[in-house]
Amino acid sequence: MLATRDGVGRALLELGKTNPQVVVLTADLAESTKVEEFAKKFPQRFIEVGVAEQNMAGTAAGLAIGKKIPFITSYGVFSPGLNWGVIRSAIAYSNLPVKIIGGHSGLATGPDGATHQALEDIALMRALPNMIVLAPADEEEAFQATLAAAQHSGPVYIRTSKLPVERVTTEKKPFEMGRAQVLKQGSDVTIIAHGTMVARAITASKLLEHIAISARIINSPSIKPLDKTTILQAFRQTQAVVVVEDHQVAGGLGSAIAELLSQETIRAPFKILGIQDSFGESGTPDELYQKHELTAEHITEVVSGLFHSST
Amino acid sequence: MEANEDQQLQTIAQAIRQSVVLMLLESGSGHSAGSLGMADVFTALYFGNVVRHDPTQPDWPERDRVMLSNGHICPVLYATLAEANYFSKEELHSLRKFNSRLQGHPHLGSLPGIENTSGPLGQGLSQALGLALAFKMDTLPNRVYCLLSDGEHQEGQTWEAYQFGAAKKLDNVTALIDRNNIQIDGFTEQVMPIEPLEEKITSFGWQVFEVDGHNISAVIEACNHARAIHDRPTAIICNTIPGKGVEFMENLPEWHGKTPTLPDTIEAVQQIRSLQNRIQW
Repeated sequence: MLATRDGVGRALLELGKTNPQVVVLTADLAESTKVEEFAKKFPQRFIEVGVAEQNMAGTAAGLAIGKKIPFITSYGVFSPGLNWGVIRSAIAYSNLPVKIIGGHSGLATGPDGATHQALEDIALMRALPNMIVLAPADEEEAFQATLAAAQHSGPVYIRTSKLPVERVTTEKKPFEMGRAQVLKQGSDVTIIAHGTMVARAITASKLLEHIAISARIINSPSIKPLDKTTILQAFRQTQAVVVVEDHQVAGGLGSAIAELLSQETIRAPFKILGIQDSFGESGTPDELYQKHELTAEHITEVVSGLFHSST
Repeated sequence: MEANEDQQLQTIAQAIRQSVVLMLLESGSGHSAGSLGMADVFTALYFGNVVRHDPTQPDWPERDRVMLSNGHICPVLYATLAEANYFSKEELHSLRKFNSRLQGHPHLGSLPGIENTSGPLGQGLSQALGLALAFKMDTLPNRVYCLLSDGEHQEGQTWEAYQFGAAKKLDNVTALIDRNNIQIDGFTEQVMPIEPLEEKITSFGWQVFEVDGHNISAVIEACNHARAIHDRPTAIICNTIPGKGVEFMENLPEWHGKTPTLPDTIEAVQQIRSLQNRIQW
């Protein structure tokens, strides 16, 4: 099994061959952000900036003004965690095509502990005008999202994880910015997820089948822009909707969907499962998901409870 | 430099100062001291054959780039661009107003001649170095000029950038530092000392020159000298007097972020007009 960070690394190698404008920067994390291969194959287009995330973001803005397509790679807690103000004014406000890869997202980061588990990155980036926010679910989708980001004329944030996950997307339904994918049809309830939570949502849907609940599974890698049509359809066509994410409930995909609903007249039982205003800690991802009630079993329980209370 | 040419540059600097005072009077908010203090440096860059540029083609690919890091002194940048005919001087009066291209702090894409977005301090040098690196990658001869304040040397990112510029040997960058000794809360050495500035930047691997920032020909000469330096970037510390040209503003931190009243402006304009030949250039 591979992680989403592997997909980014593979895509950058591909872009190295096909797009001479693409340059890659890292802040002393070449190996664990999976850009080492790019660095070896394209040393002239690889820029090591050292442990200096603010300078990395500012330098990338300058490179983009100079007609390059810079990918800046670090962990989400450092970029955008430490350099958000630079991203805001020098990149987003200038609407420059800088692509920000934030690795080690979520509790999925595990043993490194709370300091390294990015749980607020989507909130930070979603609030920025001009910024696209993507959170791919598996290696293949991360690969495709990275290629798509290079094509986009403005800034893009791609959230990645180090946790290997099973393949959940298919090549038949390629990644598209602004599109969610219905991975499994269902008529009773809908589970919407991104990143590492998609595989768990699929497992939950199988558990729900045992208790005769038909769950639709939506993978929503494009957090901004949202696929309003697919999401609103789920609210119209199923009895209850649950969003599951390895991120703070405040400001994540669930928040984005709640904001969308606030502009619509549709009302349906709706719940967001994520991190409830707390920091993570050291442990295996499974232990942390257990504690924060983000396992397939917890999802199943919440979904069935919401479904039964709505019927 | 010919005496005649020097006279012409002085006249341009006075015109820029006058524009700065008038536009700040009208906007009612903005930064007076740094804008006036850097009028001579901007004159040197844009009118002293330092920066390759063509106001009739703001997007000319072969132009050098001027990136302002301390965006709050944009009145002097706007006034200089208008003096060079990038847009009409009339438009200077729209500074900070609704629907204006002259935003309170510069925004890339809003106005011809603006090469970067700035306002939050400490970000400009990184942008300048990134652009310079892009030029190097494409083996283009363009130079990048970056203007910084002294106060923003309290920002860590400025030093991250110095480190980067030396490591990547970006000799196509000239940084010009407005060493006017003031910042919003007072004198730099009282708020948070940045000295010994020259030694610090030198120790980071840059070539450093120090000039009188009101001596236009000295600024031009230092910039020309920087072009001849290979294997490292250059920083020019420009010693300036904040509020230069308007006596009641000079050297007073309170004028950092304040604008003149109408009576202030009348007096300021009179003083600026009488400046010719009064300063030792």
